[in-house]
Amino acid sequence: MKPAYFDYVAPPSVAETVSLLGEHGTEASVLAGGQSLLIEMRYRRRRPAILIDVNRVAGLSGIALDPASARLGALVRHADLERARFADPLAALFRLVAPNVAHPPIRARGTFAGSLAWAHPAAEWCALAAALNAEVELRGPYGERRVPAGAWFLGPFTTARLPDELVTGVRLPRLGPGTAVRFAEHRRTHASFALAAVVVAVRLAAERVAWVRIGLANAADVPLRAVEAEAVLIGERAGPGPIAEAAEVAGTEADPVEEPYASVPYRRHVLRTLVRRCLTEAAEAAAAEAANR
Amino acid sequence: MTDIELTVNGEPRRATVEPRTSLADLLRDGLGLTGTTLGCEHGVCGSCTVLLDGAAVRACLTLAVQAAGHEVRTVEGLADGDRLHPLQEAFAAEHALQCGFCTPGFLMLLAGALAAEPELDRDERRLDQVLASNLCRCTGYVGIRRAAAHAAARLRGEAYDDREADEDGEDGVPGGSV
Ligand SMILES: Cc1cc2nc3c(=O)[nH]c(=O)nc-3n(C[C@H](O)[C@H](O)[C@H](O)COP(=O)(O)OP(=O)(O)OC[C@H]3O[C@@H](n4cnc5c(N)ncnc54)[C@H](O)[C@@H]3O)c2cc1C
Ligand code: FES
Ligand code: FES
Repeated sequence: MKPAYFDYVAPPSVAETVSLLGEHGTEASVLAGGQSLLIEMRYRRRRPAILIDVNRVAGLSGIALDPASARLGALVRHADLERARFADPLAALFRLVAPNVAHPPIRARGTFAGSLAWAHPAAEWCALAAALNAEVELRGPYGERRVPAGAWFLGPFTTARLPDELVTGVRLPRLGPGTAVRFAEHRRTHASFALAAVVVAVRLAAERVAWVRIGLANAADVPLRAVEAEAVLIGERAGPGPIAEAAEVAGTEADPVEEPYASVPYRRHVLRTLVRRCLTEAAEAAAAEAANR
Repeated sequence: MTDIELTVNGEPRRATVEPRTSLADLLRDGLGLTGTTLGCEHGVCGSCTVLLDGAAVRACLTLAVQAAGHEVRTVEGLADGDRLHPLQEAFAAEHALQCGFCTPGFLMLLAGALAAEPELDRDERRLDQVLASNLCRCTGYVGIRRAAAHAAARLRGEAYDDREADEDGEDGVPGGSV
């Protein structure tokens, strides 16, 4: 279907975007990659009176690095992350995850920040953001604020963003040398969204788990960080025993929704399998790297 | 209604569009370039794929107003006069189409991908990932994959013997004698 009629503006600056959002509030939608929003508008599930296209806003592109973090501007596309080449395992994690987000022509336009703003429970980037507790940076009429991922995702397609706020960027912690990263996803067909997906990052010290993050996609109505599973591993040797226990706990922490092709027990089983696989491989990679240093 | 200027297949074009007009509808209805086909209009099938500033995108999920000031290439811009583009020749030679509905989308998908990665066909997994962007209900993709490798080789200036490739018969159909 064609979208319902709407007005369109493409402001050149963040300040003008925010003032337009203040003026139009819930009547307006921000258009980033459009790879979710324009579909919703074609279904006429969304009928904004005005679209505020941020693709011509200066200063929203690019990945900015400082010693502790990587800041993705709101217009960083999925394809930019598929090619990310900065010196940190976070770049490797971007390259692992990106090919699972839709297809190349969608990735050429869709944005990382747009994924977080859209908050699909199966979205890979949302699971990564949850795992690393990314900070969403917002600009509204009152000024700026930052919301950590743990407080950002409120439900399916629901976030802490207020109608007059623009997401200007997302800040993620750099992982540092020696951190091993893994990603695994199960989907029914090549073209489906993830039935379940898992993001893992692990660092060892003296052969024991010093730091670990586990993110789950489509494991609940929001992306999850499996904190209890992480706690099982801290201080342990990253062998089959503790990894199996952590996977078991992660499956229990998950709170999946019943779907026609995925009963709750089945999805817990898939999540446990993917967590175990990711942890096993990441722990081996981290150990191999420690041995080489 | 908004007046926009953009470049289509190297030519400057002007058009008056509603904000809700998709780039695909502008190309087809506004500019008469009906080579770009529309299947799903939801980003899934890829038949509407065109190049926007050199990158393959879905013309059904891009607004015409967003293309203002940018460069669009469609299947009509591939051939050089009467001389078909190597991708078009390869699609014909390798039986990469039957009804042809998906073909413009696949040609533009590959035109964008091969410009960015001229050796794409050397990594079969990568090539399959790219080809999985678009749907074809007729061919079963084997001919399309072969055409991609054929065109990639020719675009690199290498000789490509299509009979030899066909006799490899990945699809079990010998020598193109259907
Ligand atoms: C065929 C197909 C397959 C797909 N497969 C997957 C998949 O496997 N996994 C996956 O995760 N996604 C998938 N997607 C969705 C895709 O990743 C989208 O790009 C993403 O969900 C939204 O990003 P966008 O930049 O396109 O946002 P848009 O569609 O432009 O916007 C989405 C929402 O976020 C809001 N928004 C966007 N940017 C901002 C901002 N800066 N400030 C405030 N609000 C903002 C918009 O107002 C809108 O509500 C698929 C899409 C298609 C068409
Ligand atoms: S018509 Fe655009 S992807 Fe199907
Ligand atoms: S040739 Fe008919 S859909 Fe591809």
